[in-house]
Amino acid sequence: MPERSVPVPLDELDRRIIDTLQGGFPLVEAPYRAVAESLGLDEAELLARLDRMLSERVLTRFGPMFQVERMGGRFVLAALAVPEDRYEAVATLVNALPEVAHNYRREHAMNMWFVLATETAEGIDRAIARIERETGLVVRAFPKEREYFVDMRLQVRGGRHG
Amino acid sequence: MADDLDRRLVLATQGGLPLVPRPYAAIAEQLGCSEAEVRERLGRMLASGVIRRIGAVPNHYAIGYTANGMSVWDVRDDVVDALGERVGALPFVTHCYRRPRALPDWPYNLFAMVHGASRDEVLAHVAEIRAILHGGCRSHDVLFSSRILKKTGLRIGG
Repeated sequence: MPERSVPVPLDELDRRIIDTLQGGFPLVEAPYRAVAESLGLDEAELLARLDRMLSERVLTRFGPMFQVERMGGRFVLAALAVPEDRYEAVATLVNALPEVAHNYRREHAMNMWFVLATETAEGIDRAIARIERETGLVVRAFPKEREYFVDMRLQVRGGRHG
Repeated sequence: MADDLDRRLVLATQGGLPLVPRPYAAIAEQLGCSEAEVRERLGRMLASGVIRRIGAVPNHYAIGYTANGMSVWDVRDDVVDALGERVGALPFVTHCYRRPRALPDWPYNLFAMVHGASRDEVLAHVAEIRAILHGGCRSHDVLFSSRILKKTGLRIGG
């Protein structure tokens, strides 16, 4: 499914659900009911809204966000300088690898930036070698040396444009 | 990875939690363990940092952050960590890392992802970062994202 690249109209309740649920989903038997109660709605409505926002790709996912490094895995940012006339073909090749967790087009000579997530360090090397072999391009890898504390949650932008 | 059940729990939940009234029971049934075990293991992974958090992962574009700039900075090695912590704490920065330079054409060692409702807003945020880095920074660039090509998140093999 193509990724959304424009804002989606969200109502006040959608916004509250997203802002409330960017973390802290409870580990209780009926977690949706607990969250629904805190938002003043019923469980079925919360589930229906989540289902709709997932199918509209307002939410890319609902569940645990894993830190692959804490499981012995690796997460590496990498970039390619892709000739414009080959851009779509190279994007298809790169995206086909399950190791590619996300991929963005950026405005720079290095115009394709993706994150490789693998269970082992060797997995990164294998994925890079495969991308280089299939595309004939040189992959530039930027492994993280240090992560500074961030709060990844972003508040839903207000107004009727969501 | 911890043990086989942890691994299978990751596999069962990395695509998302089931949208049913008792999601942990549904996962437990799939894995052949008890619901309490699923909740206990997820709680342990949260405490140890294997799971960052459990919840909704919004598409930034869809919730109004239509502009996204990867700001990259060449910051003096002796101050990069102290300054990186301050940049990471800014509310509009969602990722902040120190990465190796790739000289000669890539002098940047600090990466901060900046989100905004417009490119002008992102550039205003970048100016705020520039002010924080002050004399510690020699040069910088902003790489705007023009398209999401893929966003699935982590997927480990089966």
